[in-house]
Amino acid sequence: MPILKKGEWISDEWISVDDETDLPATGDVLVSLTRYQENTAALTARAGKLGVRLEASEAPEAIADVVGSFDLITIDFPAFKDGRGYSYARLLRERFGYTGELRAVGNVLRDQLSLMWRCGFDAFHVNQSITPEVFAESIGELTLVYQPTGVTKDTIMNARLK
Amino acid sequence: MYRYDQFDHKLVAERVNQFRGQVARRMSGEMTEDEFKPLRLMNGVYLQLHAYMLRVAVPYGTLSSVQMHKLADIATKYDKGYGHFTTRQNLQYNWPALEDLPAILEELAEVEMHAIQTSGNCIRNVTSDQYAGAAADEIDDPRIWSEIIRQWSTFHPEFTFLPRKFKFAVTGCSNDRAAIRVHDIGIELVRGKDGDVAFDIYVGGGQGRTPMIGKLIGEAISREDLLAYLESTLRVYNMSGRRDHLYKSRIKILVHDIGAEEMKRRVEEEFVLVKKQGVLELPQEEVDRIRAYFEAPDFEALDDECAELTAVMASHKRFGAWVNTNTAVHKQAGYAIANISLKPIGGVAGDASDEQMHIVADLAEKYAFSEIRVTHEQNLVLAHVKKADLFALWETLEANGMGTPNLGLITDQIVCPGLDYCALANARSIPISQEITERFADLDRQHNIGELKLKISGCINACGHHHVGHIGILGVDKKGTEYYQVTLGGSADEFTAVGKIVGRAFTEHEIVDAIETIVEVYLGLRESPDERFLDAYRRVGIAPFKEKLYADT
Repeated sequence: MPILKKGEWISDEWISVDDETDLPATGDVLVSLTRYQENTAALTARAGKLGVRLEASEAPEAIADVVGSFDLITIDFPAFKDGRGYSYARLLRERFGYTGELRAVGNVLRDQLSLMWRCGFDAFHVNQSITPEVFAESIGELTLVYQPTGVTKDTIMNARLK
Repeated sequence: MYRYDQFDHKLVAERVNQFRGQVARRMSGEMTEDEFKPLRLMNGVYLQLHAYMLRVAVPYGTLSSVQMHKLADIATKYDKGYGHFTTRQNLQYNWPALEDLPAILEELAEVEMHAIQTSGNCIRNVTSDQYAGAAADEIDDPRIWSEIIRQWSTFHPEFTFLPRKFKFAVTGCSNDRAAIRVHDIGIELVRGKDGDVAFDIYVGGGQGRTPMIGKLIGEAISREDLLAYLESTLRVYNMSGRRDHLYKSRIKILVHDIGAEEMKRRVEEEFVLVKKQGVLELPQEEVDRIRAYFEAPDFEALDDECAELTAVMASHKRFGAWVNTNTAVHKQAGYAIANISLKPIGGVAGDASDEQMHIVADLAEKYAFSEIRVTHEQNLVLAHVKKADLFALWETLEANGMGTPNLGLITDQIVCPGLDYCALANARSIPISQEITERFADLDRQHNIGELKLKISGCINACGHHHVGHIGILGVDKKGTEYYQVTLGGSADEFTAVGKIVGRAFTEHEIVDAIETIVEVYLGLRESPDERFLDAYRRVGIAPFKEKLYADT
């Protein structure tokens, strides 16, 4: 499945490595939280970039102090109704100061894109029907927000108080 | 009341277009019903037994007469000429066509209404005290704070896919008419140490399969911290609430499982961090802006005594009874709060025809500063009526089936739609309610019985609030037959209690007699006519009722 990042297709150069497979000698690797925690030294010593996969049950507090080690964090949505990842994204962006790519994976559907975007996701693992045009349309449907979250600090309240 | 500014208007208009697109994609087959479901639910659209149902939000139960006229027009144009007022202070249409929904929403938007977050696993319409701004006993107008919470919770991106639905209720005084202790979050306005308005936050109350009474978690939270505290609570719930089982996903289960102390600790830990970020601090300016919308109308300076009223009450028995039961004390001398009963004998609790809605809107324009309230007990309120106008008001209500003097009496029941409409129900609620109201139709008898809150749910989900009824009736299905289980002693006020099951369930043929037996037992044992059913029950317990009900078995 393709990746949409900031509204454009990107090619996914990341090598997703499962817990049983040896790390490749070169290249950017994406590993589970468990693997990261067990092999932190080896992973951070590698030449390539490092990414970590968070499952829906893995709150990001575990990596709060080390978010600078990652260029990619993926958060899984096992079902679109499972909304834990929205909180995780906000914590990573707003509290832990993570600035790298934050990618929503799993059951990522058109009508959740704008919510994810507002919580700080900038990349989305989506099916082919979600083109950059569809993405732009989806996140442009509601142009005003009441809450300061993620990247949107221009709230209705701020506009009123100006 | 609150009026949209350009921002609120634009957001709702955009929402209508967004939903129009979603309906189009569903109708073209691009979207499956499964994918459409959470989207339509977020816009108040349910699939019922026979048709789609649209639930329109009435924020904290406050409506203008213009809005009420519009609701009536929509009932005429797109439905079967009536609507149903709900325990969330909302209005439901039972028969709209899917393809008409975008047009209905567009018409609602014209009068600053919508169906946003009236369903789905998100923060639902905030409910409040129907006497807000009129009650003599309130610390502050709860609608101001309800509106602030409404805005904060509208399309909150983090809390749109919570483990389960989430309901807020706000009361402005300790005398609780909003049932705050049976809500996911109940808020009571209190005075903080500095004398300013502050907020007691009760968390984890609820009805349904597992009724729980909310625990006081946040005490005297200050104005600037209110939203940060609520956001922290919701975040703790979103991240740690159970998602593995539909019936164990409400916040009440989390609070119960980890304990109120631990919940408080987790919320406070989060709150310190959210507060530190500062972005959710609620500015006084914004509170003042919203407060201005809820300023008291221009009351006339009047004597509280109204000789005219006293005279008509004496000569007109039914009207006199109505004033005694259906009006409440107003903070302004010479005014009263008028309750409009949507519980005629033999009627459907909470239903109003298009014609009745127009009449109420006209009456509000004529006598009540063009403002109407919906109550969680499924009645309507005109909050500010001159005592001298009460008789004229009542005559019109009476002529149109809305003058029944039964507020708080045994025929003023909360009743869920039940098996006549609802896909979840096990049993019918409406016909049982109708039979009970007919059995107790005699007004003298009702008034002699006094305050008695009877609430009926057609299934364990408890939409009819049976757990907190002084008498609760729960419809259950046993091998294809409808049975009715009775609970006694529930209450939804500041002394909230969950009713106790009296014994084996009754058939539909037995249930009305059983209710009558309970009432007769009460009448026989009360110490005086002032001892209400609930007081008597609390004094004597369940045993005398049980004994009489099952004497022959």
